[in-house]
Formats: sequence, structure tokens, C-alpha cells
Amino acid sequence: MTLAVQGVTLAVPGRTLVARLDFALAPGECCAILGRNGAGKSSLLLALAGLGRPAAGGVTLDGTPLARHPRRRLAQRLGILLQHDVEEFWGSVLEFVLLGRLPHGAALLGADPEGVAQARGAIEAVDLQAHALQPYRTLSGGERQRARIAQLLVQAPDYLLLDEPLSHLDLQHQLALMRLLAGLARSGRAVAMALHEPFWAARFCDVALLMYDSGVARHGAAHDVLTQDNLEALYRCRLEAVAGSGATLYFPDTR
Amino acid sequence: MALSAAAAASLACALAFGSVEIPLADWLRALAGGGEATTREIVWGLRAPRALAAFAVGALLALAGALLQVLLRNPLADPYILGVSGGAAVGALGAMLFGLSGAAVHGAAFGGACLAAAALFGFSVRFTGWNIHRVLLAGVGIAAGAGAAVSLILTLAPAGQVHGMLFWLMGDLSGAERPLGGWITLVAALACSLVLAPSLDALVLGPLKARSLGVAVARTQAIAFLVATAATVAAVMLAGSVGFVGLVVPHLLRLAGFSAHRALLPLAVLAGGTLVVLADTLARSAAAPLEFPVGALTALVGVPMLLLLLARSR
Repeated sequence: MTLAVQGVTLAVPGRTLVARLDFALAPGECCAILGRNGAGKSSLLLALAGLGRPAAGGVTLDGTPLARHPRRRLAQRLGILLQHDVEEFWGSVLEFVLLGRLPHGAALLGADPEGVAQARGAIEAVDLQAHALQPYRTLSGGERQRARIAQLLVQAPDYLLLDEPLSHLDLQHQLALMRLLAGLARSGRAVAMALHEPFWAARFCDVALLMYDSGVARHGAAHDVLTQDNLEALYRCRLEAVAGSGATLYFPDTR
Repeated sequence: MALSAAAAASLACALAFGSVEIPLADWLRALAGGGEATTREIVWGLRAPRALAAFAVGALLALAGALLQVLLRNPLADPYILGVSGGAAVGALGAMLFGLSGAAVHGAAFGGACLAAAALFGFSVRFTGWNIHRVLLAGVGIAAGAGAAVSLILTLAPAGQVHGMLFWLMGDLSGAERPLGGWITLVAALACSLVLAPSLDALVLGPLKARSLGVAVARTQAIAFLVATAATVAAVMLAGSVGFVGLVVPHLLRLAGFSAHRALLPLAVLAGGTLVVLADTLARSAAAPLEFPVGALTALVGVPMLLLLLARSR
């Protein structure tokens, strides 16, 4: 059981983001994807989810190309948190989260007590229980992000692909989410997420993929890849290192 | 439940009120199939088909509006945005200009609507995929072209014909005597829409997210567009262009807390139907024997409701 990227080239008009990339995401793995803005992190996650077509190469799930899996079956196996989502949802937070049940064929709200129980569990897992019946559109940016994560949890895919899951979240909820995602990986799910903070990657992920926006990518164990030299080359700025709990914190050198 | 009761009450009102005043006892007898033949004819022969036509028009427009607002992801979308009613208007007014009436005007309106729908899908659908922006732009273009043609026809028409043409444009139920086609379209459109309801819920989140949730996005959009177009054509055939209902009824329901399409779509049918039945009853009885165009009154009934809900919503 793997989600494998084979010889994938991602490109935007006039520029190759990554060329002939090979890597695989296996159950139990928690993978961080790091890179500068525009390096291709989102494009790679979309390709992994079967929502974007690479310029070359392909993505397979358990050895079969994604396009050959039925769309609904794929949605039961692969779930994605997109970087941008539609803001105009008129229903409650609970109704929003319940949409995650769609690939499982469950009826929406009312006739699906099992789904409602799962949705309430997911809402609690992201600390939104006080807002469950509130209209989704009245939530703050960070609360919406947590509701979107709860929707992904209800979808319960084997592979969770998350594009900047920590955006809009305060520090407490960043920590809670990273613990939650690392826990899911430990329980046998696979997690891949685009992150901008190497500390979280080093502290909670066991694998890292660095995407240099020159077509090159580096993939390996997090503690091997997330070195000061690699990160300085990745972000094209000098970094200061500070020892944090369980991992090193890197700051841009402001001198 | 409350909306079903309101729909039934509105239909009862439509049977009870009109240009001829009928005492309550006579009305009840006629309703039960007894009493004087003239009263029976007024209630069952004149008012009932018109009330049913009014309900079908409102229901079809509200359903089409609810579908298009999701598909185009635009809260200002209404059934007329795709230019189908514009095509029908050009057909109908063109026929009136040539002195035709009755079934010929109907046929010309249907032909115009079908031509506009064919142009819409022809210009916007590509083998490579379905693009909402192309549909919207093609629709707006066709509607604008039809609007220009309507202006030309109104300019060219003799003064005696302009009144009838304006009534057609503002929405008029006085010629709607056979609502069966509208009702068949309504039942079929609602059934199709309810099958699509969960996919439409996901489409609210955007096409990419919907696909990631397993929705066949292009197929869902194509079916929903066809259903919305058929509903619009059926409504326009019955009553011309009745404005406001398709735009605002779905919003009224969303403001009232109904967002899941499984509930929103049937409620839009009930609320849209009720609104037009009430508006039409008012249109033909408020200043009888003078009749107002129903399209003007749908807005007069609906706007205060919308503003009230907007003021109360968070």
C-alpha cells in the first residue's frame, strides 16, 4: 500500500517546478513538504490527490494510476485540505463537517446518526465543539481552518494530504493539530503536508521533501534533510539556529 | 410543514379571490363540485388552472435559481442569466410583431428559448471540459443580444401591440390555461435535482474540493444546467419573464437556515410556487377588472420579506 510519485515533472507556463520526481508515501509516514512560495508544493499535493495532471510522469495508488481508480473510491482513500476554500457556505459547522461523509455514500444530516457522531467527534478533535451549531460563515479564519480539517477527518482517508494546514491557526492550535496529524500517522494513516515552519517538520514528521524552485527536490528522513545548510539553500537566506524542545528552531538571520 | 400549509392556503386564496366576488357559502359549494354552474366554472374552469400555472411558474423559477446559484457560484444568478428567457422573449415578441397570437406566440417563444439554449451550450461546452465562466459569459452575451433585439421589436411595433408585449416581458399569467406541461417539467426537474442534491452540497465548496470528495463534477454541472434550462423554458412558456422569484426565493430560504440542497430545493419549489400564486391572486383581484402583470407584484410581495430576513440574520 503506497501512494507513489513516478518520474513526475510539474510545470507552470515558462517554468519547471520539479523535474522527474520519484518518491512514495507509505502508511504510517508523516511527510513534510517544504519550499519557497511558488516552488510547486500545492501542485504536487494536487497531483498526489489526483486533482492536477503533472506535465510528465504519473501517480499510482497501490500500483494503479490514480485516473484508473473510480473517483468515489479514490475519495475514500485520498483526502486533501486545499490551501484555499470557498467561504460562502450557508449551513452550520456540523453540516459543513458532515460533507466529509460524501464519499462514503451516507445521507447528509438527519438520516445519518453514525455520520453525525463522527462529525461531532471530529469537531471536538479540532476544539470547535462550542461552535458546532453556529453558521459556518460566522467563524473566524482560524476556526474555519479547523472546521475544514474536521471535514477531512470525517472523510477518514488512508492518505491525508494537507496544503498549509497550520495557516490561520494560533500557536496552541498549531501544536494540537501537529500532534493530531502525527498521531494519525502513528495509527497507520499516511500524512503529507506543505509547511512553512521547519521546526514543526523536524519535531513531528519523519520524512521531508524539500522542493527547490529550480526543478530539483531532495527527499529523505527528516533529521537528515532538515539541516541548516539545506534550509539556507532552500529559502535563500541565512538562518540562526536555536535549540527547541525535540528539534532545532531556525530563524532568518536579521542582522 | 409550514410551507406546505402556506402553499395550500395560497392555492385556496387563488380559488377564492378574483375579479368576481363569490360569497363564501357559494364558493364552498362550488369547491365541492356543487352549486351554480357559473360559479363552478369560475372556480374550477378559470381560477384553478391559473393558480396551478402560477404555482408551477414560481416553483420552476425558484428551482432553476437555486441550481444556477450553486453552479455559477454567484449569489446574483437567476434563471434569466443564461439568456434562455431572452431567446423566448425575442421569439414571442417577434411573433406578436407579425400579428400572430395564442399558440403561434407560444410556439415562437419555445423556438426562441430552444435556439438560445442551443447557442449557450454550443458556445460554452468544449470537448476538453466544462467551464463555468464560458457558460456565464455566453449566457450574459445571449441575454444582452436578446435584450437589444427586444428593444428593436418594441420600437418597430405599432402602439396597439406594445401593451401586450410589455405584459409578456413583465410576466403575465392571463394566457396560462394549460399548466400540465409546466407541472410535468416541475416534477421531473425536482426529481433530478434531488438525486443531485448531495453533489450540489459539495459543489458549494468549489469544483476542486467537490472532486476530492468523489463528485463527478462535470457530469453534475451538465445535468444541473440542463435541468435549470428546462425549468426556465417551462416557466417562461407559461408566464413570460416573471422576475425576482428565481433570484430571491433561494436566498430567503438560506437566510432562514436551510442550506443542504436536499431540503433547500423542495422548499424552494414550495416557497416559489406560493409566492407567485399569492402575487397573481393580488395581480388579478386588487384592482379588478384591471389586471397587473404578476412579475411586478412578485417583487412587491418578496422584497419586504427579503429585507426583513436580511435585517434579522447574522
